Amino acid sequence: MNDGKKLFGVAALFDTPDEILKAAKTVNNAGYKNYDVNTPYPIHGIDKAMKLKSSKLGYVTLFFGFFGASFILFFMWWTLAVNYPLVIGGKPYFPLPAFVPITFEFTVLNAVLSTFIAMIAVVFNLPFNSHPLHDSNYMRNVTSDKYGVVIESEDPQFDENKVNELLRSLGGKNIERIFYPEQKEFKVFQPRFVVFLIIIAIITSVSTYVTLNKLMYLPPFSFMEHQNKGIAQYESTFFYDKREMREPVKGTIARGFIPYAFTGVTDTNEFYSNPLLPTQKVLKLGQEKFLTYCSPCHGNYGEGKSRLRGFFPPGPTLHSARVIGFSDGKIYNIITNGQNGIMPSYAYQTTRDERWAIINYIRVLQRAQNPKPSDFSAISEINKESGNASN
Amino acid sequence: MPQTESNIRLAENAGYIKKELPKSLSTWGYILLIVGIALSIVSYKLDPARASFGYLAGYIFLLCIGIGALFLVSMEYAAGAVWSVPFRRVSELFASSVPFLLILLIPLFLSMKNLFVWMNPEVVAHDKVWQTRMNYLNVPFFIIRDVVIILIWWLFYHLIIRNSRKQDLSLDQNLTTTNIKLSVAFIPVFGFTISLFSFDWLMSMVPKWYSTIFGVYIFADAAWVGFAVVTLASVLLTEKGYLSTKIKKDHYYSLGTWMFAFTVFWAYIAFAQYMLQWYGNLPDEIIYYVHRWVGGWKYVSLFLVIAHFIVPFIILIPRSSKTNPKILIFASIWIIATQYLDSYWLVMPSMVNNGFTYSFRFTDFAFPIAAVGLIIVLFTTLAKKHNLLPIGDPKLKRSWDFHL
Repeated sequence: MNDGKKLFGVAALFDTPDEILKAAKTVNNAGYKNYDVNTPYPIHGIDKAMKLKSSKLGYVTLFFGFFGASFILFFMWWTLAVNYPLVIGGKPYFPLPAFVPITFEFTVLNAVLSTFIAMIAVVFNLPFNSHPLHDSNYMRNVTSDKYGVVIESEDPQFDENKVNELLRSLGGKNIERIFYPEQKEFKVFQPRFVVFLIIIAIITSVSTYVTLNKLMYLPPFSFMEHQNKGIAQYESTFFYDKREMREPVKGTIARGFIPYAFTGVTDTNEFYSNPLLPTQKVLKLGQEKFLTYCSPCHGNYGEGKSRLRGFFPPGPTLHSARVIGFSDGKIYNIITNGQNGIMPSYAYQTTRDERWAIINYIRVLQRAQNPKPSDFSAISEINKESGNASN
Repeated sequence: MPQTESNIRLAENAGYIKKELPKSLSTWGYILLIVGIALSIVSYKLDPARASFGYLAGYIFLLCIGIGALFLVSMEYAAGAVWSVPFRRVSELFASSVPFLLILLIPLFLSMKNLFVWMNPEVVAHDKVWQTRMNYLNVPFFIIRDVVIILIWWLFYHLIIRNSRKQDLSLDQNLTTTNIKLSVAFIPVFGFTISLFSFDWLMSMVPKWYSTIFGVYIFADAAWVGFAVVTLASVLLTEKGYLSTKIKKDHYYSLGTWMFAFTVFWAYIAFAQYMLQWYGNLPDEIIYYVHRWVGGWKYVSLFLVIAHFIVPFIILIPRSSKTNPKILIFASIWIIATQYLDSYWLVMPSMVNNGFTYSFRFTDFAFPIAAVGLIIVLFTTLAKKHNLLPIGDPKLKRSWDFHL
């Protein structure tokens, strides 16, 4: 009778919820451990009758819920506040209220999916995807209008005759033996299946293409291709000057930029004072910019040795008493506005800070050409400290 | 109430013996009521403008309890709920403050000049927005509207509760059918009218601020505190043996679930309102939250998030705490206290709009004391006359079979 199949358990059907409650209680009292009750809907009190402990599944939900919340918060913080900071709507980089809905959704999604997977894993005993009760007459009944109990053969107390007797004494009907399903070999790549898949793929992609690109590609749904917005270098139908690209309002000042009051005014006696201290960083910057913009005419050391070999009038030396006597502000004015119609303005090549750094570097060059006695002792002291005192 | 023999048998079957509530309870109720009224009068004498704001906060608190309890009664009828039948009379007794809301509205009408900035003709004259709004917010229409709203509530209270009490004697099952129809009519009317009422009294305090979800916010508050008072009284009465002996822990469970559900619902609504206005950051809208974020209000606002959402949420999450009478009592007291804090938070920071400055004063708390006193007095007085268990209800017998 067994046909070599392995017995999973013995199942019986009952007609009313009260009977199944009584049956569950009796089976439990008889000492069976591996049994289960199947009903078409949740029965109040069945957990007490079966003496079920509260499910551990809640901990999976809790863990993955917390995990989801912390992961997505970290993710949003890292992407939007650390790795690629974006100002959105004038809010801070990490606007918590705006992130709450996403955190909530992700928490719920994570908790639900993990609970579902954990339940499937426990009930079906993954990687199996079929339970012996599936496709049985018993399952057909308990998912419709009957209440059933099944005692599994794995139970240490299991004895088929005794179980039959017990279930019959409880008034169980349709007592049925349930076997493990045969493990059939299942081929995924049957030719018919593959052809079916290909046909489905073609139908789906063609219909998607036609719907999205032909049927729905009409003015209101044309994927935002035609928008009422200005596109750079197009003719504007809105502005009088027909320019789509707008200039900032007159007097607009860029962030962090301090305007120079004497732009274009060379004959002034009022000068700014140097805001930068000659620190190593400033002098490095000054050196770099001096060598780039000033040295072609004024020479690498400001000595007036032009590298241009007469193609352009050579710049004067910066070590003359006149230049040494210039204030920092005056030199700044010269760099900004140019001088004598020969030296052009360098306002567009250099930023404000770079100009002041160049001036600091020029001062260093001048001091190096005309050192004070104290400078020599200072140099020898530095050399002594660094341990390679030479003559 | 004359007791027929069948009634006595029914009560016996339900495990209910009518007992007098302890005298001390009604004494305490009267003490609180009288002390509250005396202090209220003192605070009116000290500073009438300030007292009108405190009064409004206390009024909103009382309104939420009364109307929330009435909502619970109608919910039970409309949904055909079985588990809550033993507690229905308790919520009916709490709803008995609804008719009093009409009388208590009179001092509010008298102090409208203090409460609303649009009562000032100079402000209205210089502002086009106010001028258009005056079509809705003019005094006669305002008064008529709010009186009619309370009258509608009173009407439904009267009809539903009269039928329910009649059933104790007549045992007529058709009364339940009538009440189901009444409740189904009441629920949408309630949702609409409580929105209008909250727009009138709370939203119009803040000039030009509007939030369409605000009515739902007050509705969430009302339902939340309604369930809390019913839970508190039901659990206390059951534990002391004034209600039926047949009430099980399973009946408690659903009370706890309701409080939990509305804790989350309030958080959802409050956050939805906050996030949209915070993100939009429009001057007319954000001013509501700016007023609730200056000075010490910042800490009150943050505490409200903890007290109104996080604490009840964590307390009520485990299944075991929803069946534990001690935890349920604690949670419901916490909820009632927080509800008053919420009413206070809704009203008080809006004083600034009308040129008053807020500073903490104990006189504000005269009104909630009087409100609590009124509720206890009403409860004890009515409990003498009526059964605490709806013994004539046809669903009562099924309720005893209810289990989780």
